[in-house]
Amino acid sequence: MSTEAFQPARILNQGSTQEKAEGARLSNFIGAIALSDLISTTLGPKGMDKILQSPSNLLDSTITNDGATILGSIQISNAAAKILIEISKVQDDEIGDGTTSVVVLAGELLKEAEKLIHKRIHPQTIIKGFRLAKDIALKKLRSVSQDYSENQEELKKYLKKIAMTIFSTKILTPYKSLFADLAVDSILRLKGSTNLESIQILKKTGGLLKESYIEEGFVLDKKIGVGQPKRIENAKILVANTSMDYDKIKIFGSRVVVNSSSKLAEIEEEEKKKMLRKCQKIVDHGINVFINRQLIYNLPEQFFTDNGVMSIEHADFAGIERLSLVTGGEIVSTFDHPELVTLGTAKLIEEIMIGEDKLIRFSGCKEPSACTIILRGSSKQILDEAERSLHDGLAVLSQMVKNPKIVLGAGCTEIIMAQAIEEAAKETSGKIQIAMESFARALTRIPTIIANNAGYDAEQLVSELKTKHYKGNNTFGIDVMGGKVCDVQKIGVFESLLVKEGMLLKASEATEMILRVDTIMNSAPRRRGMN
Amino acid sequence: MLRFDSSGKPFIIIRDQDQKERLTGSEARKANILAAMTVANLMKTSIGPLGMDKILVDQDGEVTATNDGATILKNMQVENPIAKLLVELSQGQDDEIGDGTTSVVVLAGALLEESLSLLEKGIHPSKISEGYEKACDIAVKHLLKICDKIEFDKENCGSLVKAAKTSLGSKIVNQYTEKIAKISVEAVLAVADLERKDVRFDLIKLEGKTGGTLGDTELIDGIIIPKNFSHPQMPKQIKNAKIAILTCPFEPPKPKTGHKLDIDSVKKYKELLEIEQNYFKEMTDLVKKSGATLVLCQWGFDDEANHLLLQKKLPAVRWVSGTDIELIAIATGARIVPRFSELTEKKLGKAGMVIEKSIGTTDEKMIVIEKCSNTKTVTILVKGGNKMVVEEGKRSIHDALCVTRNLIKDNRIVYGGGAAEISCSVAVNKASKENTGVEQYSIRAFSQALLSVPIALASNSGLNSLEAVSEIQLKQMEKESSFLGIDCLSKGTNNMKEQYVFDTLRGKIQEFLLATQMAKMILKIDDIIRPTGQY
Repeated sequence: MSTEAFQPARILNQGSTQEKAEGARLSNFIGAIALSDLISTTLGPKGMDKILQSPSNLLDSTITNDGATILGSIQISNAAAKILIEISKVQDDEIGDGTTSVVVLAGELLKEAEKLIHKRIHPQTIIKGFRLAKDIALKKLRSVSQDYSENQEELKKYLKKIAMTIFSTKILTPYKSLFADLAVDSILRLKGSTNLESIQILKKTGGLLKESYIEEGFVLDKKIGVGQPKRIENAKILVANTSMDYDKIKIFGSRVVVNSSSKLAEIEEEEKKKMLRKCQKIVDHGINVFINRQLIYNLPEQFFTDNGVMSIEHADFAGIERLSLVTGGEIVSTFDHPELVTLGTAKLIEEIMIGEDKLIRFSGCKEPSACTIILRGSSKQILDEAERSLHDGLAVLSQMVKNPKIVLGAGCTEIIMAQAIEEAAKETSGKIQIAMESFARALTRIPTIIANNAGYDAEQLVSELKTKHYKGNNTFGIDVMGGKVCDVQKIGVFESLLVKEGMLLKASEATEMILRVDTIMNSAPRRRGMN
Repeated sequence: MLRFDSSGKPFIIIRDQDQKERLTGSEARKANILAAMTVANLMKTSIGPLGMDKILVDQDGEVTATNDGATILKNMQVENPIAKLLVELSQGQDDEIGDGTTSVVVLAGALLEESLSLLEKGIHPSKISEGYEKACDIAVKHLLKICDKIEFDKENCGSLVKAAKTSLGSKIVNQYTEKIAKISVEAVLAVADLERKDVRFDLIKLEGKTGGTLGDTELIDGIIIPKNFSHPQMPKQIKNAKIAILTCPFEPPKPKTGHKLDIDSVKKYKELLEIEQNYFKEMTDLVKKSGATLVLCQWGFDDEANHLLLQKKLPAVRWVSGTDIELIAIATGARIVPRFSELTEKKLGKAGMVIEKSIGTTDEKMIVIEKCSNTKTVTILVKGGNKMVVEEGKRSIHDALCVTRNLIKDNRIVYGGGAAEISCSVAVNKASKENTGVEQYSIRAFSQALLSVPIALASNSGLNSLEAVSEIQLKQMEKESSFLGIDCLSKGTNNMKEQYVFDTLRGKIQEFLLATQMAKMILKIDDIIRPTGQY
C-alpha cells in the first residue's frame, strides 16, 4: 500500500499502452516502411500482382496490382501504416491512379527521414526541409507540364497515350491500345462530366480480354418479362420506381380485419383490381416499354404482356438512373398525370446474347452520354482486375478532361524534380539542406524501384538517366520494355499532371504528419460483450 | 474501518482494508502530484511552434493524430482520478477560451511539482494554497499592467490575422498559416457584431472533405450540406431560391397515440386508398401554394411524394440534419415549419443561389446554399490529403476562430513566446520578498512554476532551455520590457512585438486562474480510497 506513492503513476486504463519518443518513432517508421515495401513490388509496368485472400472465405480471392485495393484489404494495427492506407484511398477517390506510388514515395521519404534522425537532426528540421523541397518540386513539376486545354485535337491523342501508360502497368498491358481507345471514347461521351456512374462496365466471363468492346447503345443486364416482345422499335419508355407487387397501405396503424372468408376474398379481389388499375394508368401513358426499379409480380406482368408492353423488373438504383439519363425519361412514381410525364425514347430495344447471357440493348437513345463497356475474360479474377484497371484509367481521364495538363512519364519527371531540389539545396545552408537532399533521393527511388521490378540493373540505369538530365536532355527516361535510357517523347509515355501532383502532395503531407508524432497512445481494445 | 455504537456493537463505516486501497496524508498527496506531473510531462512536448504531435488509437483502432491538448487528453482513456481532473481542466480552458489547452495543464503540473519540495519542507498544504492564491493575484494584476491593445476594424484586420497565426503556428496547418489564418479571421468577421463585440459561433460551419491538400481549404459564403437532391432529375441549380424548411416527413401522419384503423370492407379499403393518395397531393400542393422553390426536409420522402415534387418542379433535399436545418433557418430567415398546413409565404427563407456540386471521381455530392438573405453565414471547407489531416485541420481552425473571437470581445493582448510568463515570474518573485513567513516560499515557488511553459517552449525548439529562459529573464529585467520571449523559429530576435507573436489577455488570465485553482484543489486532497480487485 505504501509503495504506491513511489511507483510511477499509472494514469491510463488497464490495457492501454503508450509509446514515447524513440520508441514511438521507431514503431511508426517500421510500420510505414514495411507497408510501402510490401506494395513497392507492384510498381511499374513489370510490377507483380498480389493475391488477397479474404479471412472468412478462403475460396474468395482477388488478384490485383492496384495499390488502393491491396491496401484496403489488409488488416493493420500500426497507426502510421493506417495513415498511408488512408492517403492511398484518398488518391483513389480523388484521382483514381497513382495509389501505389503515393504510398511508395511516402515510405521512401520516411526511410530517408529515419536516416536523418539517426544523425540527430530534429524531426521539425526535417519537416522544414521536406516542405521546402516539396514546394520546389511542385513548382518545377507545374512548369514542365504542358497544357492542352486550347488544343482539343492534340488532347485526344494524348489522352490515349496517357490511358496506355496507365494500362501498361496493369493486366490490360497486351491490349492496352484497345482499352485506351475504349476508355477515351467513353470519357469523351461524358462531355466533361466526371460522373463515372454513367459509364457502365459489364463483366461477362467467357471469351478473351481482347474481345471486350464498347456498346454503342446502353446495355442492361436484366431480362424481359415472359411472353413479351423481344424487340421493339421506336420505343416509348416509362422509367419508374414504384412497387408492383402489392401496394402497402401507407397510413399508419391501419390493418385489415375480416370476419369471414368471403370478405377476405372480396378484399383480395379489390387489391388485385387496384393493382390492375395502376397498370392501366401506366399503360395509358402510351408506352410500349415499362422499366421498374422494384420487382414486378406476375399479375401486373401478365397485364403488360396482354397490352403488348415490354416490362423489365428490378433494374437497380444505378441502372435506373443511368437509364433515365440515356433515354431522357424521368423517374416516375405516380401515374395520375400522363400529360406531365416525360417519357424516354429509344430507336430500338432488343434482347442480345453475350456469351451465354441474355441482355437488353437500348440503341438510338436521345442522350448517348452514358455507355456500356463490355468486358470479356476467361475468369472472374481477370475480369475483376480488368475492371479495376479500367476504372483507374477512366477516373484519370475524366479528371484530365477538366484539367488537361500532361507531364512525361517513365521516371523522367521524378528526376527533373529531384534535380531541381538538389540545385536549390546547394543554395540553402544549414541542416535543412541535408533534408532537402534526402527528399530528392526519395524521389529518384521511384524510377529505381520501377527498373528494379523489371529486373534491370536499376542503379546503373538511374545514374545514366541522371547524367543525361544533367547534360540537359530533360526528356529522357527509362524504357522499361527495352531496359535502356531513352527519350520519353519517342516512346510516348505520358502521365497526367494531377496524378503526379497528388502523389507528391499527399505523400509529403502524410510524411510530415508521421514525423511530427512523438507519442502513440493505444486504447485498450474494446472488451467483448460490452457493446 | 470499524466503529462501535453505544451498545458496543461494531458497525462498518468503510469496508475492510483488503477490499479497499487507501492512501492518506502526505502519501496521498505525493501520489496525486505524481499522477498530475505524469500528465503534464506528456503534454510538454506539444507546446510551441515546434512541438510534436501524438497519435491516439481508440478502442476500435481508429487513428487520430493531433497536437491539441484538449483532444489528446479527452481521447487518452485516463483512469487515475487526478489525471481525470486535469482532463477536465483542459476541457474547461477549451470551452471558455478554445486555446491554451496544453499550457494550462503544463502550468498546473509545474505548480504541483513545485509544491512537492515545499511539502517536504513541512509547509502545510493549505499554506501553500494560500501562497499560490496570492501569487496568482499578483500575476494577473501584472498581466493587466503589461497588456497591450491591438486595433482593428472590418477592413483592417491584419493584427487579427497575426494573432490567429500564432495559434495556428503549433499545428500541422502551419505550412499554410497565412492563408488559413486569413480564412479564420474573415469567417469570424463575417458573422461578428463589432458594436456589441459579439460573435455567433453557430453561424460558422466547419465542414471537412478529403482530397487536395490543407492549402486548398476555402471559405464559402454560405452553407454546405453534404446531401444531394432527392430525385436525380431535379435541377442542380436554383437561382433566387425560396426555401421551405420542414420538420415533418412527406408521409401520412403517424400520431403518437397508439391506434388501430380497422378495415373490414371493400368500401373502406377503397376509401383508405383515396385518402392516402390525397395526403400526398395535399402536401405537395400546400408546398407549391406557399411559393417555395426549394424544400429542405429533416425526414424522408415516400417515393410517390418524391415524384410528385418532381412533377411540380419542386427540388427537394431529404434527411437534412437538425443542426443544418437550424443554421439554414437562421441564414435564410426561414421559419422551421412542423406542419404542412402552417406553411405560408412569410415563413420561407431566401437564398441567392443553391447549387449541387460533385467532388472527385466518387459519386459524392454536396449542396451549397449561397447568398443567404438574412444573416451572414459562412462555411469553412477544410481539405486535406487524408482523414486525419482534415480532422486535425478542423481542430486547429477552431482554435484560431476562438482566438479571433476572444480578441473581438476583448482586444487586449499579451506577448507570446513565453514573454508574458517570464515577465509575470519576475514580478511575482519580486513581490514574494514583500511577504514574510511561509507564504514567501510558496509565492516564490509559483514564480518558478510560471517558467515551466517557456522552458518547455525553448526545449521543444531545440534550444538550451534553462540558459535561454534565464537569459531572457535577465534581458527583461535590464530593459524592463515585457515583450521579450523565446525565439522559437530562430528568426534572430527575441522581440515578440516584432515577431507579432501574441496571445489574448483573457486566455492567459484564464490559464493562470484555472491552473492555480486546480493545483489548490489537488493539494487539498489527503485521502484516496479506491476499491481493489475491480480491475
